[in-house]
Amino acid sequence: MTEPILKVRKPGMQTTVQDLGRTGYQQFGISPSGAMDTYSLQMANILVGNLPGEAGLEIAMLGPELEALHDVSIAICGGDLQPVLNGNEVGMWKSFVFKKGDILSFGSGRNGARAYISFSGGIDIHPVLGSKSTFINGQLGGYKGRALEAGDVLYGNPFVRKSRFLHKDFVPEYRKKLEVRVSLGPHFDRFPKRTVDCFLSSEYKISPQSNRMGLRLQGPSLEHNDGADIISDAIPLGGIQVPANGQPIILMAERQTTGGYARIATVISVDIPLLAQAMPGTVITFKETSIQEAQASYLEQKKKMRLLAFAAGSYWKK
Amino acid sequence: MKLDILPLGDLAIVISFGDVIADRTNVQIRQFMKKLDYANIKGIVEWVPAYTSLTVYYEPDILPYESLVAELNKVHLRNEHSLDSTSIVNEIPVCYGGKWGQDLGFVADHHGMPEQEVINLHANREYLIYMMGFMPGFPYLGGLPEKLAVPRLEKPRESVVPGSVGIGGNQTGIYPSDVPSGWRIIGTTPVTLFAPEKAEPFLVRSGHYIKFIPIDEEQFLAIKQMGDAYQVKKYEKEG
Repeated sequence: MTEPILKVRKPGMQTTVQDLGRTGYQQFGISPSGAMDTYSLQMANILVGNLPGEAGLEIAMLGPELEALHDVSIAICGGDLQPVLNGNEVGMWKSFVFKKGDILSFGSGRNGARAYISFSGGIDIHPVLGSKSTFINGQLGGYKGRALEAGDVLYGNPFVRKSRFLHKDFVPEYRKKLEVRVSLGPHFDRFPKRTVDCFLSSEYKISPQSNRMGLRLQGPSLEHNDGADIISDAIPLGGIQVPANGQPIILMAERQTTGGYARIATVISVDIPLLAQAMPGTVITFKETSIQEAQASYLEQKKKMRLLAFAAGSYWKK
Repeated sequence: MKLDILPLGDLAIVISFGDVIADRTNVQIRQFMKKLDYANIKGIVEWVPAYTSLTVYYEPDILPYESLVAELNKVHLRNEHSLDSTSIVNEIPVCYGGKWGQDLGFVADHHGMPEQEVINLHANREYLIYMMGFMPGFPYLGGLPEKLAVPRLEKPRESVVPGSVGIGGNQTGIYPSDVPSGWRIIGTTPVTLFAPEKAEPFLVRSGHYIKFIPIDEEQFLAIKQMGDAYQVKKYEKEG
């Protein structure tokens, strides 16, 4: 039965309801949105016995203050935003009971940019176009199409289950320097070889002007052949667009579905969650990889997650 | 001939249909999408048509890259005779000028023509929706008469009302919801292009045509009041 599970006392910088995103409507201009770090969201769900793709809360940089309105098992995964339960620091990558009246608060990002909270029984929100994800710029989905505000109450189908923790092998490390793997293209004719060489051999820093739409990078300017504009086409997750100023932008969960800037490469899917956790100032380098390698990594990760979900008693719907 | 396919990371590919923005390119893309729809290939998640390309998103767990490419080429070779390439024209009522089209005067002055001539040139012709993007339900239209092209505002407006019809450079279009815009707004439609809660959330799709039908303010308000009860006139394009 659907019951109130929590009340937002302080909203934090940007706390949103997210699942794995909205598929099937990109041809109408609907951004997929969804969790920036889908790995952490899925792990949090597995820990509390949900389907891996259930909606949870995405918390960016500065966390909220939440009050439990019902006993419910929860897990916090992803970036370490210093979670505190009733005044005491509480661990991450494990599930525990959030008891009625408990207060969960956060400090700021110590390591990683975004944390995810999942609740046993999920968040009961009417899906819009097949997803519970908040598409902030489109003002649709999630909680009233927006980030949470003080006073908001979320509903769910709460239950309490045996607490579990994740083996450390499954807990990613977020480093100040990050190498991400890319497949080059598709606009090969727009970039001379020296630009591609520069892109693959330089360090880029994540700018503070980054958000759910994209990560802006600062570094050596990437020059075009014949301008930055292309005939607009669809932008995939991880697409690296290079506007006229030569400073690349990596398109993330809430990207626009189409764009008109030349793209030099695409970040492979298993490296996206690590990028999602990169705080401003993180130094990034790019390494070329093949589609075959990228898909092998993808399958391996998916297999691991499936086994884990099975072992944790949350069942995996294929 | 084989399709011109490039990978976009490990979860998407893009098929190129040349580099010319033209109705015939759009027809090719549309026909391929229709064949893709019929083929119903397991592992394909969704696709996004653009001016000269079609991007296909897929699940490599079910369909790895090489298999996807092979499947797409098979689809490409299918016989096209059975495919119906007719399209739908949507008649979108627009109240031009006045407070519903505050830049109509500018566009008229810019081209040294009366406002009515701008309306006559803009309305009652079929604009092809090449693609949708930028924001939910936004159609990229082709076919604006060159005579109506105008420079964008130097400083974009912070917001335009939903349904605003504008011209920016050599493009024209409708804004489904309130967004910042640098386009010159010449009119507003009272109909809703995107309603997420409806069974059919989108009024139009790529490959459709839009025809603007001038209405006066009284009709505008009447249609607005009718809300969902108002049916946009749709018919098959001739020829």
